[in-house]
Amino acid sequence: MDVFWWVIVPYLCLATFVIGHVWRYRYDKFGWTTRSSQLYENRLLRLGSPLFHFGMLGVVGGHVIGLLVPRSWTDAIGIDDHVYHVVAVVGGLVAGAMALVGMVILIYRRRTVGPVFSATTPMDKVMYAFLGAAIALGMWNTIAGSIFTLGGEYNYREGVSVWYRSFLAFTPDASLMADAPLGFRLHALVAFGLFALWPFTRLVHVFSAPIGYLTRPYIVYRSRDARPGRSTPWSPRV
Amino acid sequence: MRVMAQMAMVMNLDKCIGCHTCSVTCKQAWTNRTGTEYVWFNNVETRPGLGYPRSYEDQDEWQGGWVRKPNGRLALRSGGRIKKLLTIFSNPKLPSIEDYYEPWTYDYDTLLSSPQTDTFPVARPKSLLTGADMNVEWSANWDDDLGGSQEHAARDVMLRGIEDKVKLEFEQTFMFYLPRICEHCLNPSCAASCPSGAIYKRAEDGIVLVDQDRCRGWRMCVSGCPYKKVYFNHKTGKAEKCTFCYPRVEVGIPTVCSETCVGRLRYLGLVLYDADKVLEAASIEDEHALYDAQRSCFLDPHDPAVRAAAAEAGIPADWIEAAERSPVWRLINEYEVALPLHPEYRTMPMVWYIPPLSPVVDAVKDTGEDAEDRGNLFAAIDTLRIPVEYLANLFTAGDTAPVDRVLHKLAAMRSYMRDLNLGRDVDDTIPASVGMTGEQLYEMFRLLAIAKYDERYVIPTAHAEQAHALEELATDCPVSEYGGGQNDLFGEGSGYPTPVAVENFRMLQERQTSDTLAAPEDKGRRVNLLSWDGKGVPDGLFPPRPEKERS
Repeated sequence: MDVFWWVIVPYLCLATFVIGHVWRYRYDKFGWTTRSSQLYENRLLRLGSPLFHFGMLGVVGGHVIGLLVPRSWTDAIGIDDHVYHVVAVVGGLVAGAMALVGMVILIYRRRTVGPVFSATTPMDKVMYAFLGAAIALGMWNTIAGSIFTLGGEYNYREGVSVWYRSFLAFTPDASLMADAPLGFRLHALVAFGLFALWPFTRLVHVFSAPIGYLTRPYIVYRSRDARPGRSTPWSPRV
Repeated sequence: MRVMAQMAMVMNLDKCIGCHTCSVTCKQAWTNRTGTEYVWFNNVETRPGLGYPRSYEDQDEWQGGWVRKPNGRLALRSGGRIKKLLTIFSNPKLPSIEDYYEPWTYDYDTLLSSPQTDTFPVARPKSLLTGADMNVEWSANWDDDLGGSQEHAARDVMLRGIEDKVKLEFEQTFMFYLPRICEHCLNPSCAASCPSGAIYKRAEDGIVLVDQDRCRGWRMCVSGCPYKKVYFNHKTGKAEKCTFCYPRVEVGIPTVCSETCVGRLRYLGLVLYDADKVLEAASIEDEHALYDAQRSCFLDPHDPAVRAAAAEAGIPADWIEAAERSPVWRLINEYEVALPLHPEYRTMPMVWYIPPLSPVVDAVKDTGEDAEDRGNLFAAIDTLRIPVEYLANLFTAGDTAPVDRVLHKLAAMRSYMRDLNLGRDVDDTIPASVGMTGEQLYEMFRLLAIAKYDERYVIPTAHAEQAHALEELATDCPVSEYGGGQNDLFGEGSGYPTPVAVENFRMLQERQTSDTLAAPEDKGRRVNLLSWDGKGVPDGLFPPRPEKERS
């Protein structure tokens, strides 16, 4: 059973995530968008959207540090467990609270503003459920697990993180996850569910973060012939 | 010198009767889809008035276009690249749907299905955004013909500074119509604002387009454009804008708005310009000098040096010839009667306007004097400062001298041609008084008043050796970008590609003849996913199920 939950399911989700994105990018570039609803309503969005998005950037950054940086590295540069713990909990709480409050505002807006509500697709709702659950469980793990240490002391850097790196290295060790507290296991599963849904939702816009804007020339010129697929020489069909 | 070609338009405002035919035909051709109900690529505004979207010219509020920094460099008024990225989660300067208007339809079914009643059944307005009942309170031309001018026109941004002098009482005011499309600027701030780089200027003809496959819906272009001529399709989540009807222009047909213009007031033609001079011209310090600076970017296609440079830049010979015959070139640089709309935005707009003499003519006529007499008209232009100052706010960043010159030319043409038409002796002092020859004045009259179709629209076709890639003639395979190239795939990509205009025509026909929004009943075969609005599951979205055996 451990192998099913912590090897098979994660890899299926990862495969869906990768192949789904490739498929979507090839066949649905037209649908690749933020699907912004700012045109309908701005007052709540102006508050909720930056809160949520900046919060999420913090959350993602925290996960990258927590999951990908091995404990031996931070030890090597002299950051002891207590300092790491305080930084992680405080940073995680701030970013998580921003994301959570932002998301509550955005969902409230989505439900109460008529045009926004009618522009909400079933896929959006499924995605919100997973995203909301992932954020809530993450907050629970931080508050209950790290601050009040309900259910005993657990250092995810010895368990979940090691499993995650082994997962990425294609040498998964399911037992590490099986021993983790329930909150961490649920959080991981919901997150993998979200990854599997990802390519089929509006979340794809994450991968079009326009970093290139910082370096490209302001005015883009393109030749008519340079359109993709239009440059092949013409040959008459039989 | 880096020669580039630009398709451009000139509109003669004296001939606009405000019939909105251009807007309606444009909408039928391009924006009659869900998600673009509120979008008018072409709209006609009554001026003085608020325009569409409301007060779009108030750049203190909307922050569109460019500004010149104290160090002489151009910057986007709404902030640079880093600020754009930091505000990407909530665009601070996006007009809301109320600034355009909430689109609606009428519940016509009540008229048909109503039982017999004492009172007449009423089709109530229903919001196209929510489907709920709504009160219609604003639209793209709510203040048409100065309707509600005390309330609306009085807030026209262009009246700032002269508001105390303008009387908006009907019997004392002036008005004219201003049709607007995308300006296809030489220095487009929408393209500069686009984080994704999806908005581009076509190298061949300068048409500014949004790549629908690369647009990610960040909406910065909507804020960046000071003319508010990029729109957000709220259904597809992508930006859309006037395309200068490129599928038509590529094969030599004028844009829909020009083609259907009742007053025949639009002129289409090519302008050659020096791309190296654009930025310098747009950064000139004195706003009043921007009009001349932009004109100095244009290259005389009759000049052999320019022709040689153009040929070297790869511009085909027939395009250079078309540039020579261009009515736009003549109106802008030969007669100097066309002016750019809001040069102070520093985007170098390429749809120019011949300002209307009619407010002046009307004023003279109302006094009972001869409104075609040069003396009366010249005197009126000089004394009627209000319309002139207002026109200057629109077309020359407030500098009245160029507007004066244009109006004098139009007035001179009027009196000179009257003499000619009535068989009187022509007065050669008339053209001389505006620095033209009689022949020039007559040619200008011909172009403005009686020019035929092929003189008003001089459109070089795109090149035959590229013809397989043109939208209207596409014999190229649209799926070849996916590495396929075969035309026997399933679904929408199967068969030979349908040109954009033909597809639009068919969709329009279907919409007009069907009873439902998304699923025309007479269309039994398949659904075009690009035009599917996401409402319901129309027949043909999925292949038909095999007949189940019934027991």
